[in-house]
Amino acid sequence: MSYPTDRKYTKEHEWIGTDGKIGITNHAQDSLGDIVFVDLPKVGAEITMGKTFGTVESVKAVSDLYAPASGTVTDVNDDLATSPEKVNKDAHAAWMIKIAIKNAAELDGLLSAADYEKFVSEEAGH
Amino acid sequence: MSAAAVSPPTARKTALNAVHRQMGAKMVEFNGWDMPVEYPASIGCGIVNEHMAVRTGVGLFDVSHMGDIRLAGPGALDAVQHISMNDAAKLAIGQAQYSALLYPQGTFVDDVIVHRLGVDEYLLVINAGTREKDFNWVRENTRQFDCLIENLSDDYTQIAVQGPKAAELMERLNGKYIDVPDHGINAPFQKLRIDADYKSLKFYWITEGRTMAVRTGADRLFDSKTLIGRTGYTAEDGFEIYIPSEEAISAHVWYGLLEAGKDLGAVPCGLGARNTLRLEGKLPLYGHEISDTINVWEAGLDRWCKMDKVEFIGRAALEKARAEGLKRTLVGLEMIERGIARDGYKVLDDGGHEIGYVTSGSPAPFLKKNIALAYVPPTHADIGSTVQVEIRGQGVKAQVIPTPFYKRPKKA
Repeated sequence: MSYPTDRKYTKEHEWIGTDGKIGITNHAQDSLGDIVFVDLPKVGAEITMGKTFGTVESVKAVSDLYAPASGTVTDVNDDLATSPEKVNKDAHAAWMIKIAIKNAAELDGLLSAADYEKFVSEEAGH
Repeated sequence: MSAAAVSPPTARKTALNAVHRQMGAKMVEFNGWDMPVEYPASIGCGIVNEHMAVRTGVGLFDVSHMGDIRLAGPGALDAVQHISMNDAAKLAIGQAQYSALLYPQGTFVDDVIVHRLGVDEYLLVINAGTREKDFNWVRENTRQFDCLIENLSDDYTQIAVQGPKAAELMERLNGKYIDVPDHGINAPFQKLRIDADYKSLKFYWITEGRTMAVRTGADRLFDSKTLIGRTGYTAEDGFEIYIPSEEAISAHVWYGLLEAGKDLGAVPCGLGARNTLRLEGKLPLYGHEISDTINVWEAGLDRWCKMDKVEFIGRAALEKARAEGLKRTLVGLEMIERGIARDGYKVLDDGGHEIGYVTSGSPAPFLKKNIALAYVPPTHADIGSTVQVEIRGQGVKAQVIPTPFYKRPKKA
C-alpha cells in the first residue's frame, strides 16, 4: 500500500495533515480489525504531542490514540460516533479530529509517507 | 496504537496451527496456546463476520486446546459423581451434560461437559487453561474408586462446527465422499467423508461416527472411528468432532468441512468470535464468571447443581452458603449510554459508589448493542435496575436486562 504523501506519520500509526486533521493509518485499522467505537475529545480541548487524546476500540480491545502534534481541537468528525466502521473502510479519509497546530516544527520530526511505509514493513518482519 | 501481540515461542500449538497460519489468521497467546483470534477480511472473515456466520449459517472452530479426561471402570460413575456437581447417574449411554468440578468451598475448579461413552466409561471435556490442574484434581480425588483415569487431551483434534446450517453441512459428508482441494498441508489425503447418524443425534448427545479419507500411496484408505457430539459453546446448533491429533488428517478434515460448506457461507472462526458468541448466550468462561473464589449460587448455575444426588465435593459448603444467602449475583447488563463495558471494569451505583465488577463485556455483533456480565449485590440485581460502569474514569449508564441475551430461534 502506498501512503498518501500529503501528510506526516507517527510510529504509533497516526497521521496528521498540514490542515491539522488527524486520523489512524490503514495499517492500524487492519491490525485492529472491526472498529466499533471511537472516543474523541471535544472542540476546545488541548492535546499534547505524544500524549493520549482518545481511544479507538475494536471488538476485542481498547487502543489509545496518541497526539502526533500539540494544538487545540477545532473540529471533531461526528460521523464516527454512529459509523465507526468508516475508519476500516478508508482510514486515510476518516479523519477523527482537526487541530489548530500550535508549533509547526513538531511536524518536522514525524515520518514521511516513505519512511512510514518502511517502518511498517520492518515491523511486520519481526 | 500498541503493536500486535506475538505468541511466545513456548506457547503450545494444536495440530491445526499451520493451517491457521496458512489461512492468514491473526494469532494470539491464549492460556499458553498459540491460537487464531480472527481470520482475514480478504477471505470474508474478521470477528464480526465470523460471529454472524455462526448465527446465520455455519462456522468452524479449532478447539483442540481444550482438555479430555477419560474415566473407565466399575467405579467410574461413582468417581464422576464424587467430583461433579450435576447428576451423572441420569446420563444414558451417548448422553452428555453440563457440570462443574468444585472445591470443598463450593467454588469452581472448572466447568465441564460430562459425556457418557459406555456402560462404565465417561469423558470429561475441560478448559484449555486448566488441563493439568483438572487432571491432577480428578486423579487425586478419585483414588478411592475402582476406575482408570486417562489424560487424552493431546490425542484429539477437536473441531466445532456451529450454526443453524451445521447439520446441513455434516449431511453433505455423510455416506459419500467429497473432493477436498490440495492445500499442501493435507497431503496425501484427497477425498473425505464423515459418516454418522446426524439426523437422530439430539442436542447434548454424542455418537460414534466414522471418518474416511482416500490417500495416495500404498495404504489407500484412512478409516477411523470418530466421536461426534451435538455440543458447542456458541448458543447455536452444532457439532464437535474428535479426530486424531495428526496434522495432515486434521488439516484435511478442516479444509474438507470448509469445502463442503462453501455455498452455506462456511468460514473459519477464531477465539474473538468464540467469545462474543458465548457472551451473547451467557455461557460462562473460567476465570471470569466462574473461578476458585466464586460459588455455584453466585454464578447462577443452580440448574446444573443437584444437591439431592449422592455426596459430592463442595456440597456441604453450598448448603451453608445457601442458608446464609447471596452477597453478590451475576447479572446481564446492557449499556444505555455510549460506551463499551469490558472485563474487570468497576460497576458503580447511581451515586458513584463501587458495588461490583464486570466479568465479561464486549460489543455483541448479532444483537448490535454493548453487553456485559457483572457481579453486583442482590439489591441491584432486579431487571431494570440502573447502574454505572466505570470506563476510563467516567461512570457510564447501564441497565440490568434478562439473560441469556440471545437464544436461538426454535425450529418451526
